[in-house]
Amino acid sequence: MSHTIVVGYDGSDSSLRALDFAVDRAKSEKAELVVAHVLEWSPYSFLTPTELEERHKRRTEELERARKFVLEPLMKRLSDSGVKVATELRYGRSADTLCGIAVEKKASQIIVGRTGEGGLAARLFGAVAGSVAQIATVPVTIVP
Amino acid sequence: MTQFMKSAALAATGLVAASAPAMALTLDEKVNQVFASATGWFVNLIFSPFPGSEALLGYAFPWIVLWLVVAATIFTLYFGFVQFRAFPHSISLVKGDYSDPNDAGEVSHFQALATALSGTVGLGNIAGVAVAVGIGGPGATFWMILAGLMGMASKFTECTLGVKYRNEYPDGTVSGGPMYYMTKGFEERGLPLGKFMAILFSIFCILGALGGGNMFQANQAHAQITNVVGDYPGWITGIIFAGIVFAVIVGGLQSIAKVTEKIVPIMGVLYVATAIIILLINYDKIGWAFGQIFGGAFTGLGVAGGMVGALIQGFKRAAFSNEAGVGSAAIAHSAVRTKEPITEGYVSLLEPFIDTVVICTMTALVIIITGQLVSDPTTGLYMLNEAGNAIQTIDGNSGVALTSAAFSASFGWFKYILAIAVILFAFSTMISWSYYGLKAWTFLFGEGKNKELVFKIIFCIFVVIGAAASLGPVIDFSDAAIFAMAVVNIVALYLLMPIVKREMNSYMSRLKSGEIKKFH
Repeated sequence: MSHTIVVGYDGSDSSLRALDFAVDRAKSEKAELVVAHVLEWSPYSFLTPTELEERHKRRTEELERARKFVLEPLMKRLSDSGVKVATELRYGRSADTLCGIAVEKKASQIIVGRTGEGGLAARLFGAVAGSVAQIATVPVTIVP
Repeated sequence: MTQFMKSAALAATGLVAASAPAMALTLDEKVNQVFASATGWFVNLIFSPFPGSEALLGYAFPWIVLWLVVAATIFTLYFGFVQFRAFPHSISLVKGDYSDPNDAGEVSHFQALATALSGTVGLGNIAGVAVAVGIGGPGATFWMILAGLMGMASKFTECTLGVKYRNEYPDGTVSGGPMYYMTKGFEERGLPLGKFMAILFSIFCILGALGGGNMFQANQAHAQITNVVGDYPGWITGIIFAGIVFAVIVGGLQSIAKVTEKIVPIMGVLYVATAIIILLINYDKIGWAFGQIFGGAFTGLGVAGGMVGALIQGFKRAAFSNEAGVGSAAIAHSAVRTKEPITEGYVSLLEPFIDTVVICTMTALVIIITGQLVSDPTTGLYMLNEAGNAIQTIDGNSGVALTSAAFSASFGWFKYILAIAVILFAFSTMISWSYYGLKAWTFLFGEGKNKELVFKIIFCIFVVIGAAASLGPVIDFSDAAIFAMAVVNIVALYLLMPIVKREMNSYMSRLKSGEIKKFH
């Protein structure tokens, strides 16, 4: 029976390693792969009046950019891997959104890289991988 | 919004004038003269007492206050007390319970509310309330809360229309506000003069933005800074402020504005939290304070003007603090992404609640409970000061100083926090009004980089003028302009309110039938 693996991808080196690992797993388990790219966003952040006005335009641009520079190159890269790949592009808090996608797609596991882009901020406020491990409802693999 | 803080600000502006360079002073005088003679009639018209009110009530009742309160009452009745019936639903909307997850990344209800609030929460909540309680006594609080509760219905009406009739451009940006519902809404209903009213509104909006939304704020921010660090020329503050405002609105340095947008709510929460702690420390007096508020609301407790005096002060304060009916909020709320304009109406009705019913009440309670107002121990009535125009306070304070003294009675360090809060509130109010003014400007003159730049530069120049000078007549005029916005806007709201009712009924029936679902 085929199953689904969700892998978090943000374009960083560690997320690339996570992706390679996920592709290997998917090949050997004959699983389908869902590559999730999350644009960090909180509906409770504060914006200026001008930002409110331009939000819809900016969102369209952000989605466009993510598709063009993150997901499309990725799909090209994975096209001859022999694995069935789908992509998900979402706004939200990275960890919550990844786990949400896993539930939605009835995934059997989640694979994420250990340090995404974030550096100091991630160290202070908790990295995505750690949060995913804490709140996920399916097994999580963290790739160093 | 600001007219009645002026008595509080008088001392401060006096200081500013004295410290301004000699040349600016003569310039001030010239500007004052020209302005006073050209605009005095307009100011007098807007703030003139209701005919006969002085003879009937023994107290001048500005008709503009009556205009706002009557409108709020009519909307409250017409929409069947929507502010109470829909209150829980408003909270779920702000929490995002009804937001489609596929729309994540768009402006949320919470964000629209927070931005609109940062435009209204400001000096009115700190200084204005102190003036109201100082003149009208504790009873003013009761009427202020009542007017705040009714003002929620005015906001509901104007913000629903703001979203419904906004313009959406091909590039995805939006423009909304009274000028758009006046033109498009009137056309839809086959009413004449929509364009004329929109133009009139835009003119008042630009003037209000430059005055009450800019010069007055800069002026008060400077007064606060000098209170803490000592006296220095106002143009220095003005140039620094103008520089920052310029960087934000012309340079597109949204990050600076974002920082204030973040700090302002924190300040607001800190302010309310401190007030609650002070109330808890004095918990044994809370019952007494409410006794004073209710007693004073109907008897006046010896306050100048008695019950009517308390009522007028309370109504004024609420109307001028939360801007319900003025139309500015309709501009701020119109950027939200929603398929149902009415949902933004529901969200916006929380604004007068937070601004007036919560924050203004906290200020009033702290002033009352810390015993700032002196009363006669034998009769229990409040004693008037020597001039006989306000209640005697323990240190003779009024306005911001009264609020500051009340809070500092429990926490000595609070005056520094308060000074920072006032400056930040002033800054965020300026940013909000620069936007409202710009929207009115582009409505009149069309969109375009250069046209917008002209307005933005004018706005920055007025920051310096506002901080450096004591321009009584100019500020009077710009205050009058803000309330002139309400005259035009409320006429439009009366004419368009059936549209809001239709939207409301349709939405409510779909909510009941389960067609509109919760996502979370």
